[in-house]
Amino acid sequence: MFDLTGRKALVTGATGGIGGAIARALHAQGATVTLSGTRRSALDELAASLGERVHVVEANLSDKDSVEALVPAAESAMEGLDILVNNAGVTKDNLFMRMKDDEWDTVIAVNLTAAFRLSRAAVKNMMRRRYGRIVNIGSVVGSTGNPGQGNYAASKAGLIGMTKALAAEVASRNITVNCVAPGFIESPMTDVLNDKQREGILGTIPMGRLGTGGEIASSVVYLASSEAAYVTGHTLHVNGGMAMF
Amino acid sequence: MSDVADRVKKIVVEHLGVEADKVTDNANFIDDLGADSLDTVELVMAFEEEFNVEIPDDAAETIVTVGDAIKFLEKNAA
Repeated sequence: MFDLTGRKALVTGATGGIGGAIARALHAQGATVTLSGTRRSALDELAASLGERVHVVEANLSDKDSVEALVPAAESAMEGLDILVNNAGVTKDNLFMRMKDDEWDTVIAVNLTAAFRLSRAAVKNMMRRRYGRIVNIGSVVGSTGNPGQGNYAASKAGLIGMTKALAAEVASRNITVNCVAPGFIESPMTDVLNDKQREGILGTIPMGRLGTGGEIASSVVYLASSEAAYVTGHTLHVNGGMAMF
Repeated sequence: MSDVADRVKKIVVEHLGVEADKVTDNANFIDDLGADSLDTVELVMAFEEEFNVEIPDDAAETIVTVGDAIKFLEKNAA
């Protein structure tokens, strides 16, 4: 089950806590993986730990040219692209009334617009090959909202809508487009929480703990697999029960 | 028949899986050859690749029959 041997995957934000786990999991299932991110040394380190079937392409997803170059670079490195994981994301939290235009713009650009451009580029060749898997990494706050994250919540809710629209367009070509929406996950993003914040968060999670990157990654593996062929336009919430839909 | 016409018709036959004799100049991609809107986008992409030419959206919208494609490509292909 969930064998990805021979599949070619591109993971953005691959040096992050969740992105790294996704890259490792896809690789462990047999996929060739292109790691993308902004920090070259961290990308190289991850690539070295994976060994074979790995490529590295640096990209700055807030930069249009860099985004547009990414899919062609990954396709030429791997001679194809079957699985695109739009994982890269940034936060620039601020209360709504205080939020600056550039805080809004940056978050929308990286989290939503880059995913749009990468998907647009990737889906072309997926259509030709009559096969593809696009997995967008959303967030529980795209469905629930969160104070201080108007920009982030909007970008993640946008991903969910984009996922559904694209899924409907390309379903007839055996291309599926889905979303995985993590809740609170152990990562550098949540390491900065203090004990009191952590306790408050745990109180909202029926499972009483944060999730792990691996638990997000295994959901991505499922959606990227042939076994998930009939699942499309879906948002899979992986959040320990903190929000149920 | 021109070389361009041959190449266009070959692409249409391959992409839409239709009989070659149905692919006449007057054949409408959607009404006569059973293409859906995604097929027409794919055909335009295939023409672009085969003829090494860019077909802008407003031009693509005017290509509704096989003959339209041949005419456009005869005029614009390198």
